[in-house]
Amino acid sequence: MATVSVPTEGRSRGLLRRPTATTGFWSWITTVDHKKIGILYGVTAFLFFIVGGTEALLIRLQLAQPDQNILSPSIYNEVFTMHGITMVFLVVMPLSAAFINYLVPLMIGARDVAFPRLNAFSYWVFLLGGVFIYSSWLLGGAPNGGWFGYATNAVLDPTRGMTFYAIGLLIAGIASTVSAVNLAVTILNMRAPGMTLFRMPVFVWMSLVVQLLLAFSLPIITVALFELLFDRRFGTHFFDPVAGGDPVLWQHLFWLFGHPEVYILILPAMGIVSEILPVFARKPLFGYQFVVFSGIAIGFIGFGVWVHHMYAVGLGPIANTAFGISTMIIAIPTGVKIFNWLGTLWKGDLTFPTPMLFAVGFVAMFVIGGLSGVTHSVVPSDYQQTDTYYIVAHFHYVLVGGAIFGLFAGLYYWWPKVFGRMLNDTIGKVNFWLMLVGFNLTFGPMHILGLQGMPRRIQSYPAELGLAFWNLVSTIGAFMIALAVLVFIANVLVTQRKPKQMEADPWDARTLEWTTSSPPPEYNFEELPVVSSLDEAWHRKYAETEDGRVVPVPAGGSGTEVEHDGGHGDGIHMPSPSYFPVVASVGILLLGYGVIFSWWLAAAGAVVLLFGLYGWALEPSSE
Amino acid sequence: MLESPGSVPGSMRQRGGKGKVRKRLTLVLGVLALAALAAACAPNATQDAMNPQGPYARESYDLIVPVFWVAAAIFVLVEGVLLFVVFRYRRRKGRAAEVPPQIHGNNRLEIAWTILPALILAGVAVPTVTTIFDLAEEPTGQVLEVNVLGHQWWWEFDYPNEGIITANELHIPTGEPVYLTLCSVGLGYGQQPTPNDCQPGPPEGQAPAAVGDGVIHSFWVPELAGTQDVVPGRTNTLTLQADHPGRYSGQCKEFCGLSHAYMKFVVVAHTPADYAAWVANQQADAVTPQAGSLAATGMDVFLNGQCIACHAIQGLEDANGNPLQANGGPSLTHFASRECFAGCIFHSADPKQLAAWLENPPAMKAGSWMPDYGLSQEQIQALVAYLQSLT
Repeated sequence: MATVSVPTEGRSRGLLRRPTATTGFWSWITTVDHKKIGILYGVTAFLFFIVGGTEALLIRLQLAQPDQNILSPSIYNEVFTMHGITMVFLVVMPLSAAFINYLVPLMIGARDVAFPRLNAFSYWVFLLGGVFIYSSWLLGGAPNGGWFGYATNAVLDPTRGMTFYAIGLLIAGIASTVSAVNLAVTILNMRAPGMTLFRMPVFVWMSLVVQLLLAFSLPIITVALFELLFDRRFGTHFFDPVAGGDPVLWQHLFWLFGHPEVYILILPAMGIVSEILPVFARKPLFGYQFVVFSGIAIGFIGFGVWVHHMYAVGLGPIANTAFGISTMIIAIPTGVKIFNWLGTLWKGDLTFPTPMLFAVGFVAMFVIGGLSGVTHSVVPSDYQQTDTYYIVAHFHYVLVGGAIFGLFAGLYYWWPKVFGRMLNDTIGKVNFWLMLVGFNLTFGPMHILGLQGMPRRIQSYPAELGLAFWNLVSTIGAFMIALAVLVFIANVLVTQRKPKQMEADPWDARTLEWTTSSPPPEYNFEELPVVSSLDEAWHRKYAETEDGRVVPVPAGGSGTEVEHDGGHGDGIHMPSPSYFPVVASVGILLLGYGVIFSWWLAAAGAVVLLFGLYGWALEPSSE
Repeated sequence: MLESPGSVPGSMRQRGGKGKVRKRLTLVLGVLALAALAAACAPNATQDAMNPQGPYARESYDLIVPVFWVAAAIFVLVEGVLLFVVFRYRRRKGRAAEVPPQIHGNNRLEIAWTILPALILAGVAVPTVTTIFDLAEEPTGQVLEVNVLGHQWWWEFDYPNEGIITANELHIPTGEPVYLTLCSVGLGYGQQPTPNDCQPGPPEGQAPAAVGDGVIHSFWVPELAGTQDVVPGRTNTLTLQADHPGRYSGQCKEFCGLSHAYMKFVVVAHTPADYAAWVANQQADAVTPQAGSLAATGMDVFLNGQCIACHAIQGLEDANGNPLQANGGPSLTHFASRECFAGCIFHSADPKQLAAWLENPPAMKAGSWMPDYGLSQEQIQALVAYLQSLT
């Protein structure tokens, strides 16, 4: 595709010459296209997924047998900390961001997000934040105080790791905050004519809830991280009880962010599943409004349950009671979603290609994670379960059986739309079943291990505790998951060799992104769609007769023609690529290193950042 | 003839020696299956929340079990419906793909499946709340009070009314509530040794340290009670009780740095008579070794070396005639009466482990605040003899 916007002048007015590449390396560095940025998010998150998965395998190797010392305690602590940070901040969040970035404008009938350069900036800051955290392995030790970074241990630790943690998460937080604002504005302001809020696909709704959760929870962790950084770097005493601080302050701040974060991780996957189940049941989502409102309710109540991470801290029976009950309450909207998914499948015409398998697998596994979650609301039970492998089992059922299964469903479902090639379904099924069995072998036994007395975050356990058998099973399961991921990679490689010919709507789907070509043109839609109903794409293809039967609309009847031969799109005004987002984010990276190593480096970072922002401000959004 | 895999216990291996390959394979598989079953039941698990041995642990257990069955019933129901739907409504081979009726929802169903779970949860909430308040109550009547001090990475037990200080082993009488007051102390990273004391804040007349006293630990002995965090600057309490004499394993549950995995302890429950005998022994001063013995040499090494900077032994005095005071290290007064040391990961009765520990503690336990003092082999052997004489 050639550039769609014709420069209005011969020369750029900005500080740097406007980038012009539309293919190749520089086109990716300077792109502001939400679809390219979505792909960048996806690829980066997947690479981090492999790294974080390798860390998980190391943990499982170390714990496969009692009394092992494959990883020393200091390395083990770094590995489990980095596994948590990676999977939460560098895998599930950005992989969700990949889907949100790519799909939201397509689903609401927009040409791009509200602030395309800001979108690119978010991605680059996220990437460099990840690079920053990982560079700690080479620059004085990786974070080793857990992803939860509890004070005072995180303050007192003599290595540089937790300083990298604080600054790295602050950098990643900038990326998430910026993109939260950008995407919320996009969803609220950029919808196509007729796309009312209650005609938006559930995935868009869940994306909106997630952006609002991010916007309100990230400031809390930002405060906490700055306090941690100041305690470590500048000798303040926020968490130091000797000088009047309080280590429990960190826990409140962390979990007041951390619990909404759990929903930030799971709601996009719930949105994906809510898109996929109706397509392969050939029925609309059962109780659309209830699914939407329960998502919103989860978002709100999610801010009121954080103390269920802290029952053992000693906050007293009244606090524990209040938060036990709020935790029970949040189970209700979660249950509503599950029942509505079952209602969607009921009396459907079900087919089970790989995306559907993962989506149904998501429902089946999320039920388990949800039920074990409810047991945490029973506070005296949690007095035993807290900080054991029971908890590890619970949240992996939510974040792997839930989020990761949902995201894999999304990968298989939208792959043809994004890349114009269909992933192989047979390999996909092998991928699914390996993952399902491996996942349950890995995390199912952990429920038992936790109740039998295995605390979390221990580098080793003695043979006398009788924990060897289930730990070995768990390790075997972990390697099955790894095999499943390898099968997925093989599927991608096999698919890449197929010809790039994909119809616009291979699944007979229901939402707007399937009305444009696969992959979509840079400008998304030849003409912006006019929306007249929920499941717009479906209603353009099918009509209901008076006796309730569903019949296809005759071809060409309501204008679903999407096959273009190219050469269109002239005159559509698209934002131009820019160097400045990446320049500004490099400035932030240098600032981060500067706080640790040298104020001169920080000053240099500030100069680069200012140059980036200044050039950005002077540059017109398109020319 | 093939030899069985190493996983088969020795006795089985001998019996299977004459059989045919197939027979042996059956045997191996059978033994493996049995081993799996045995491991699944985990008869060895001495730290098992599902094996409550006292009334306080039982309160949690009595909620875990019924809640499990409620959850199991919901699990079977929901997954059952899911499986039913998947099989019942899948597109059959050979049947034309027909678009099903477009059902958009059903408000009555929505209301039903909102209210029903709420009712179930309300049912669970009642015993939950009453148990929370039951467990928070301070026990009355005959109660043993013990201060628990969490150090990096070992536990100190201070019996204020009996005047006993011990480490890594909490001795209690059966049938009597034990009311624990928990605090976090000890050497923060890189700090100077300070007296073992639950009070937060610096000793009188000293400037505050740059950073807090200790880190967060969590006290957990699942067969006797639920978890209680041990938080710097905060004093928490926990009640536990044992029905029967025995040894109950516990360990630190909150990540507390390098050797978090090696911060274990054991609760030893005695009959009241045995407990009284234990108290009497612990209250006595340390045994003085016979002059000229190896243990006496060890006592000299102890008194004249670096040991007394951190460790105390009741009954001994320093060069100035002051009684020894523990600063960050455990009291060693009745070291040999304890079965384990250093966070309950080594055996006190094993001279080899003890010697290896004295030679280079950080090599035995990552991050140990007791450094390698470069003791000679003679000094180490003498110290081992002395420590093992401290019954």
